[in-house]
Amino acid sequence: MEQLTWTGALSGLNLVFFAVALALAVSVLASILVSVFARDTGPLGVNADGTLMAASGMSGLTGQARYFSFLALVVIVLLYVIGGVVLGPQAGIIGGLARNMLPVWIALIAIFAVSITFKRKLGLYGKLFDSTIGMIGFGLVMFWVFAGVMGGAFDMLITHDPLSQFSGMKNALPGTPLNGAEPDDYQWFLLGGDNLARDVFSRLIKGAWIVVKIAPFATLFAFMVGITLGLPAGYYSGRLDTFLSFLANLILAFPVILLFYLLVTPEIVQTGIPNYMAAVLFSFPIVFCAVLLNSRYCTQPSLRTPLLIVVLGVLVWIYLSLISNNGAIVANDSYRIPGLPGFVDWIDMDSGLLTVFVAVVFVNAPTVFRIVRGLALDIKTRDYVAAAQTRGEGPWYIMLWEILPNARGPLIVDFCLRIGYTTILLGTLGFFGLGLESESPDWGTTINSGRRLLSLYPHAALVPAFALMTLVLGLNLLADGLREESLRD
Amino acid sequence: MGLFILRRLGVMIVTALCLTFIVFFLTNLYPNLEKLAKTQGNFRMSDEAVASYLEKRGYLDPMPVKFGRWLGVVPGWVTEAPDGTVTGRCFAQNTPAQDRPTFCGVLQGNWGQSTVFKDDVGGIVLERLGLTGKLMGFVLLVMVPSALLIGVLAGMREGSALDRSLSTFSIATTATPEYVSGVIFIAVFASSAFGLRWFKGSATSAMENATFENFTLPVLTIALYGMGYIARMTRASMTEVMTAQYIRTARLKGVSFGNIVLKHALRNALIAPFTVIMLQIPWLLNGVVIVETLFNYKGFGWVLVQAAGNNDIELLLAVSVVSVIVVLLTQLISDVGYVILNPRIRIS
Repeated sequence: MEQLTWTGALSGLNLVFFAVALALAVSVLASILVSVFARDTGPLGVNADGTLMAASGMSGLTGQARYFSFLALVVIVLLYVIGGVVLGPQAGIIGGLARNMLPVWIALIAIFAVSITFKRKLGLYGKLFDSTIGMIGFGLVMFWVFAGVMGGAFDMLITHDPLSQFSGMKNALPGTPLNGAEPDDYQWFLLGGDNLARDVFSRLIKGAWIVVKIAPFATLFAFMVGITLGLPAGYYSGRLDTFLSFLANLILAFPVILLFYLLVTPEIVQTGIPNYMAAVLFSFPIVFCAVLLNSRYCTQPSLRTPLLIVVLGVLVWIYLSLISNNGAIVANDSYRIPGLPGFVDWIDMDSGLLTVFVAVVFVNAPTVFRIVRGLALDIKTRDYVAAAQTRGEGPWYIMLWEILPNARGPLIVDFCLRIGYTTILLGTLGFFGLGLESESPDWGTTINSGRRLLSLYPHAALVPAFALMTLVLGLNLLADGLREESLRD
Repeated sequence: MGLFILRRLGVMIVTALCLTFIVFFLTNLYPNLEKLAKTQGNFRMSDEAVASYLEKRGYLDPMPVKFGRWLGVVPGWVTEAPDGTVTGRCFAQNTPAQDRPTFCGVLQGNWGQSTVFKDDVGGIVLERLGLTGKLMGFVLLVMVPSALLIGVLAGMREGSALDRSLSTFSIATTATPEYVSGVIFIAVFASSAFGLRWFKGSATSAMENATFENFTLPVLTIALYGMGYIARMTRASMTEVMTAQYIRTARLKGVSFGNIVLKHALRNALIAPFTVIMLQIPWLLNGVVIVETLFNYKGFGWVLVQAAGNNDIELLLAVSVVSVIVVLLTQLISDVGYVILNPRIRIS
């Protein structure tokens, strides 16, 4: 086996690719220049203040040039991927990657096809497919979600074991053939080896799984805490608001990294403080669901009571399995608080992961609280809230069934942005070597271990860095698309 | 106005007290103290040796007493060894009895001793703050003008090609945390792998002598992450101003577009970004910690990491006091400045 080049048999495309990329850059620059000097904003410009402006040829021309060169670029990238899938490693590193990612491509095509076909029936999610930015963002996010789930949970995409070391592959460049490979091994290290001779590509995919596993759920918990405390703070105002806002500002006044250093060290884990915090923070979804259902159905006890028993039963079970580990909620040298025994404890969350999870929720919750409080303060002055009060609805019904649904637009947008921010926080934790073990494949830890050899072998740190960037960029674009589409109606 | 500022200062002091107490509580938990004793003494100390080490230095007293000592409202600890030598928190070992002060805490201007650097905490923090101030100054100098420029250019014609390119750029910068952009910058501009060796990948030499070569990358890394957010806020504020009635009037009067933007829109559009810039400064602190670690620039953020990593209690407390003051002071300035800049708002 010989060293792979980046594009292999497809190298004829490279020249076209660079030409088209250059054309796109030129046309973007040209249309920027035109938009500065020409007096119009497109075919028939409507100014923001409502006045109209006449059309002119130049901006239309550059706009079309931009549009077509962008399309050409997309087509060429697709050609690389399709060529790679067909040719495999013959088409170089890109080919090998494209072939390995085949299940992800299939899943992406399937989800886009289904969503675009039924987009008129899918509400806000369907409207996302009307905006290019939103679709690009959604594509990037789903790419990493599928890569994480397939590679991490089902071991599908990875080419080598992400934790084992291969002799002779230390700091290997991308595309290096595996030293002493058996016939049934994958023959190359597609994205090279790191400083402990492990496969960078497989670690990348496993790292995506860690992010996909933690970030959405941590954000969800932060939202539960923020909503459960923010709604009453905004609705009742007064003393409660002052107190809760003070607490939120107190946490926000900490530099995030100091907070991480205080909460995520092994010494603090020994004292059991993260477990207590988990016990408190994770109880908010239960409170939220209980109040949500009770405030709606309290007039129909025959429906409410069984519903609450079933829902709360399941939630309490999940809650107990989340916070207990090896049959104990807190276990240290001096005492032990028993939790769920192992055979009903179906969520296996080791203490490092739990600590990271808690720290991230704790950092995010106050910001969500402030957003929800602000929205509640604004919405409680609306007429429909007054109408509900006149009808004699209880305060919790008004908060959860009148105010919350009307605040959903900004909250959904912020949810997307906040998943991105949580991803950044997870990376920060890894970058400082906090929480997860040092051999963990998550992106922050990998960047941290790769940065020592940055000037000689940058690939080990660059690969996870680009991955993190594209995922967060995708989430931000997705949020932008959602914001645009939700403002449209 | 005066009352408002006074009340905010009161809240600030209460917040600082609560926050330092939390830091104090967490750093004084027994496992942390044990780690401290072992790093200060030796790693093979037995449990009894650790306990006596801590006992002698007053670490095992009740939490409120210890916190009071740090504040300077409770007398410092004094231990008399069996051989008659007296050690205490407030004096060196051989001080005569009449020269020994009883109180020594923050209120007396004594920030304590750093266990990592074996030096006076106040001095360390001041020195490192100076270094970080230099970094932050350059960052603000780069970040604020370019962010405002990007925001104003993007917001003056909503939906134009310029707007879309600049908005995409600002989204991309907010999606790139410092440890990602820093790594990419070092790999591209400072490594032999790409062959471009324009800048240096380490800023250690910038502590004495900052040059274009060794200071560009750290400054750019921090500035880039903060820039996108400010630019987006400026753009939002600018687009809102451009829909106002007086802009339409000016346009219908025949004022040129350049004059509309510069004379009519700009001033009103820059009120909101002022608040955002002030509130962004505490966030920069985070970036400073990452960048100082990445580029090995030994400033305030680097001290924070050292203090936290070694459980250096008094240094960590001083660091958190400084950062809470930065956070609350910028909030105060942003509120007061907003009122001064925007005559429509009054504080009752």
